[in-house]
Amino acid sequence: MAGRIRVRAQLSDGVTEVKALMRHPMETGLRKDADGNAIPANFITEVTATHNDRVVMQAFWGASVSQNPFLACRFTGGAVGDDVTVNWVDNLGETGTGTTKIR
Amino acid sequence: MKRLWTVPALALCSIALSAFAQDGGVFDQYREMLGDDSPAIFVIDEGEEYWYAPAGPNDVSLEACDLGLGAGVVEGAYAQMPRFFDDTGRVMDVEARLLHCMVTLQGRDAAEVHAKPYSGRGDMGTEMEALVAWIADQSMGSPLTPGQTHSEEQAAFTLGEQIFYYRAGPHDFSCATCHEQAGVRIRLQDLAELPNPEAARDIATTWPAYRLSQGVVRTFGWRMRDCLRQQRLPELIMGSEASVALQHYLSVKASGAPMNAPGLKR
Repeated sequence: MAGRIRVRAQLSDGVTEVKALMRHPMETGLRKDADGNAIPANFITEVTATHNDRVVMQAFWGASVSQNPFLACRFTGGAVGDDVTVNWVDNLGETGTGTTKIR
Repeated sequence: MKRLWTVPALALCSIALSAFAQDGGVFDQYREMLGDDSPAIFVIDEGEEYWYAPAGPNDVSLEACDLGLGAGVVEGAYAQMPRFFDDTGRVMDVEARLLHCMVTLQGRDAAEVHAKPYSGRGDMGTEMEALVAWIADQSMGSPLTPGQTHSEEQAAFTLGEQIFYYRAGPHDFSCATCHEQAGVRIRLQDLAELPNPEAARDIATTWPAYRLSQGVVRTFGWRMRDCLRQQRLPELIMGSEASVALQHYLSVKASGAPMNAPGLKR
């Protein structure tokens, strides 16, 4: 269950649009549960999108991104059938990955 | 010049409004970006896993659970609920039926399931929410046809209608207090005129739904429970006669419309 990303990549007019849906609690560390105890911080700190093997986007996230985040980005130079991969690392050192081919 | 501008703008507006009127359009941009995706896709997969995973003292899965179309038949089953079940002698919604299967097939303790069926703060989803999400997804596109022929089903409709108009609690609220008129809203939430079949169709076919503000899938039964909480009424028990009756009343009003769940809501 942890570490799943659903990636889609669509090429149109030379621009590839990547859409990634991630499964992550994105817990800020500031919330308290029903018993009044702070829920520990657990959020994605870095997201990287790669096309074949080059990095086309890098994002540094904090606690303000909400649960099960959705990310979209665009890059040029892609072709139909190329691999696009999205990876994340969170503050606890866990990772997630997802890949797709450009359509 | 002005007239040329307004026509396409109005056309866009009406498309957005008709599809997403419920939340005043605030999430339209997000929905457009997502396209066909929804965070519910992860919950659907989890629900499928729960269905096939052995659990409880009997260490069996829910595969033999009869949701009304025969043991193990999930496709299209959600669209035909709530309905009367011979083996229990009562009208049941999906949560009541799942609880029944968990107890009878898996040997699990009903009180344990009732203790926490729905997500609380800090949760990423419960087993019940995931199962309902997957089961509802298996009815995507099927026309909503809750049972209406059995006398118990008709009694459930009547009871649901009575509850809908029954004023109670410290605010003297009934469901009708908020949901009897057209064109009103509370904060940013449009309030559907539920006794009107057109409005009921939009509502009954889009639950369960992924609630963006909560980050989890919520069920129709949960929505009834939360309405009663907002009315400051006692907690509505999952799968209870009252909960089923309310859902049945709304589902019958919405009868015939194609299911479009899990939906995506604020």
